[in-house]
Amino acid sequence: MTSVAPYPQTAGGGEAVAPEVVLAASMVPPPRPRWMRIVGELSHLWLLLVLIVVWEFASRFGQSINPQLDVMLPPPTAVFSAAQDLWARGVLITHIVDSLRRVLIAVGTAALLGIPLGLAMGWFEKFRTAVDPVIEFIRPIPPLAWIPLSILWFGIGDTQIEYIIFLAAFFPVVLNSRAGARDIDTYLVRAGLSLGATPRDLFFTVILPGALPNIFTGLRVALGIGWMALVAGELVAAPSGLGYLINNARTLFRSDYILLGMVLIGALGLILDYIMRQLIRLLMPWHKGQ
Amino acid sequence: MAQVDVSHVSKVHISAQGEPLLALHDVSFQVEKNEFFSIVGPSGCGKTTLLNLLAGFEQPTRGDLRVSGKTISRPGWERAVVFQEYALFPWYTVKENVRYGLRRKRLPEAEQRRMVDHYIRLVGLRGFETRYPRELSGGMRQRVSIARALAVNPSILLMDEPFASLDVQTREYMQDELLKIWQRERQTVIFVTHSIDEAIKLSDRIAIMTQRPGRVDEIKTVEFARPRDPENPAMVHLAAEVKRWLQRQISESERAAAQ
Repeated sequence: MTSVAPYPQTAGGGEAVAPEVVLAASMVPPPRPRWMRIVGELSHLWLLLVLIVVWEFASRFGQSINPQLDVMLPPPTAVFSAAQDLWARGVLITHIVDSLRRVLIAVGTAALLGIPLGLAMGWFEKFRTAVDPVIEFIRPIPPLAWIPLSILWFGIGDTQIEYIIFLAAFFPVVLNSRAGARDIDTYLVRAGLSLGATPRDLFFTVILPGALPNIFTGLRVALGIGWMALVAGELVAAPSGLGYLINNARTLFRSDYILLGMVLIGALGLILDYIMRQLIRLLMPWHKGQ
Repeated sequence: MAQVDVSHVSKVHISAQGEPLLALHDVSFQVEKNEFFSIVGPSGCGKTTLLNLLAGFEQPTRGDLRVSGKTISRPGWERAVVFQEYALFPWYTVKENVRYGLRRKRLPEAEQRRMVDHYIRLVGLRGFETRYPRELSGGMRQRVSIARALAVNPSILLMDEPFASLDVQTREYMQDELLKIWQRERQTVIFVTHSIDEAIKLSDRIAIMTQRPGRVDEIKTVEFARPRDPENPAMVHLAAEVKRWLQRQISESERAAAQ
């Protein structure tokens, strides 16, 4: 049992707390300590853990019937020992860091270019009508199709891979930012104008905060798609990375390495999305979807 | 010279099907300084359009709207607006919402803080400064919106059915509060409502609008001293008269539409 600490009577800065706040606090248990909240959040992973255990047993049981399953679906424990093996050789951390860096640079560039472009498209109708056909023309072209040209342009290396991931991440960022700027309540714009806002004020105090929920949705989708494009980006001639690990293991018939690459991409995606959601809570305290 | 001069204003809206619709036709009236002026009419009579023109959100198709002799060309804090749906910035706290216009006016920090304090107290929202609008009830949100509009010290306060989405008790309470604030701050108020009783309770004069195309056919003066008792026979009589008049307008326009 944790001891029940008395609820603080004064907030920081010595400001008096309103009596009804004190009364309300006296009726409910005090807020849980931070470590308990983290444990609480981690407990949401129970289904994921159950599924991993099911995978382990399914794989072992399957092997007793069909020994080929050793290669077709290695159990989690085999994937874990593959990880230990690669970690000991010092290559695993390189794969992870290289892929993570490429995804972050690519999605970061997509955000840097895509958010202003999308907001401008949402806000200026003439700009939108001109840019829309260009965007919709390029968008359906799969990032994979860009690989040959991108190698000609950028050569073999990080830039070419980042370009492929960037192409995948760019459009969700643009389209969501655009929708965010377009969906802003006319009344809020009018309220701003009638209170003396200049166009610049309007951008920073109405359009940007109003579009923020959509912008973050776009960034979350872009991160997800960015990881998807990673394997394509690292397909051809990458010297490292989780996509390279998967492609290389394919030629060596090492399905435990393949699964390890897949699992790590999934885990990194999960962690980055968690960080994004924390960022949303931090930047949008007014938003109800916290 | 009257502070607000609306002369021969017509406004044509283009519908989604591309048809031109006459929303206002040849509207003229004047509002004096410090007057509480209401615009009453059935829904769809163009009273919100009229307010949008006064705010500068839209431009008239014909005619001219002037404030202190100058034609209204764009929105500005001299004509602050209180909207029916509050239009508070959801990402700002109560305090930041009230402060919004003061920041745009680039007043000194200390002055801003003093004014924010004053107006939050005036509308009775002390203790709620750091709440976000979504944490407040409808009546409280509308009070924030009124404080935000008053804080910029407008010469005219434009109110578009500000109490229409509140429950009856809150509405009456807010009407009384608004009168108290108005009597203290003495801005010109142009108040749009569909409620005749509300207009009679609050206003010095009431412009009565007809249905589409909106016209101001009659302006009634309400001379009863405030606070007004809605059960005062003379006021009941006036309300009944205005209601009859509006009824006649509606049935006439329906007859015209049927022909």
